[in-house]
Amino acid sequence: MAKAKIQKKSTDTDMTPFVDVAFLILSFFIMATKFKPSEPVPIETPNSVASQVMPDNNAVMMSIDKDNKVYFSIMSKSDIQKGKEIIKEAAKRAGVTLSDADLSQYQDGEMIGMPFNKIKGFLALPPAQRAKVAQDGIPVKDSATSELVNWIGAAKYVFAGEQLKYLVKGDNSSKYPTFGAIIDAMKRNDEQKYNLVTMPQDAPAGTELYQERLKGK
Amino acid sequence: MASLDTGGDDGHKKGPGVKKAKKQSTRVDMTPMVDLGFLLITFFIFTATMSNPTTMDLNMPKDTDKKDEETKIKQSGSLSVILAKDNKVFYYEGDLDPTGANFKSATYKDIRNEIIRKKREVISRYVTDPACENEARSKGKSIDDCKQKDFFVVIKPTDDATYKNVVDILDEMTINKVSRYALVKPFDTELDAVRLSGGGGGTAAPATTPPAK
Repeated sequence: MAKAKIQKKSTDTDMTPFVDVAFLILSFFIMATKFKPSEPVPIETPNSVASQVMPDNNAVMMSIDKDNKVYFSIMSKSDIQKGKEIIKEAAKRAGVTLSDADLSQYQDGEMIGMPFNKIKGFLALPPAQRAKVAQDGIPVKDSATSELVNWIGAAKYVFAGEQLKYLVKGDNSSKYPTFGAIIDAMKRNDEQKYNLVTMPQDAPAGTELYQERLKGK
Repeated sequence: MASLDTGGDDGHKKGPGVKKAKKQSTRVDMTPMVDLGFLLITFFIFTATMSNPTTMDLNMPKDTDKKDEETKIKQSGSLSVILAKDNKVFYYEGDLDPTGANFKSATYKDIRNEIIRKKREVISRYVTDPACENEARSKGKSIDDCKQKDFFVVIKPTDDATYKNVVDILDEMTINKVSRYALVKPFDTELDAVRLSGGGGGTAAPATTPPAK
């Protein structure tokens, strides 16, 4: 009589559902991720209760890093040529001539923080190398020699007739005088309305804004 | 681990000692694929920027030289907030007392209560202004702005204040629905007062002047 053979059961688990789930999550993250544009310096913005979404087209951004350096970036997704024109115009106002070849390496939304006397050499570098260069920041402190005035003026000139948003993005630990200098440069260009970039935060409980938002919901 | 073996040659060899070809499983080992999947997930979790930055409106008044175009504020309804270094806040109501009696220090936490208190005080003094209220109603706005039309917050950041301090206090204006406020340079008298009480809470104030920037 043959004994009933005990079949050796495989210890293998079926991984297929696991893979399914993993790739489902993966595709979600791929879809939801929006890559940050390369920033030569990290900037940590303060929180605020403001809920307006930051515009990313037809805008110029002035960034302040933690060492109080000022950078200028142009966001003109629909027309990258505009960004180049602004740089050209700003340099022209400062007495520096830039050719198209000088600007061929320029990418949209890039942070530029070089004084005009160094900008030519900086823009000639390939983008990968340029990201590594420690930029000096746009001179703003002395209102007589503030180069930011030129930058804003140039942006206003190139975007004439179109809506242009001015954004200010400052680091938490940057000091107020730099921000004051930006306000000053804006005023000198006759621009009074601008936006501060912040991270969202809820309205504190019990305050008037909190109650208003509750009602609205 | 089960794996797909493609060595199909065995079937042709025949001879002593050669086992009969086993039926091969068609299962593929999924483990490396799962590994890879989760590696990518981790990467995307780290790079994902879930909360998009928001922006806050800031409107600056035009600088004017003409006296009559300047915004007038009632002394009784004004609250001056001075932002000093190390996240310290000082405030006073109306005009600064020469002796510094009404010059008080606060933190960013309790300045909110101060703003709310002052706002209530101004609103309680409010005498119904039908012209303003009617105008607000016709525009479909609340009459809240009329009630606090004498309330004015003057924000004075010193050179030692950080950008975050300024944003925080501007945020406070939104939170408490202050309709009129301004960002102004502090006066020398105020800077002196800050320096005197720089120690905070009046304990052994250092007499040394902070280095000018």
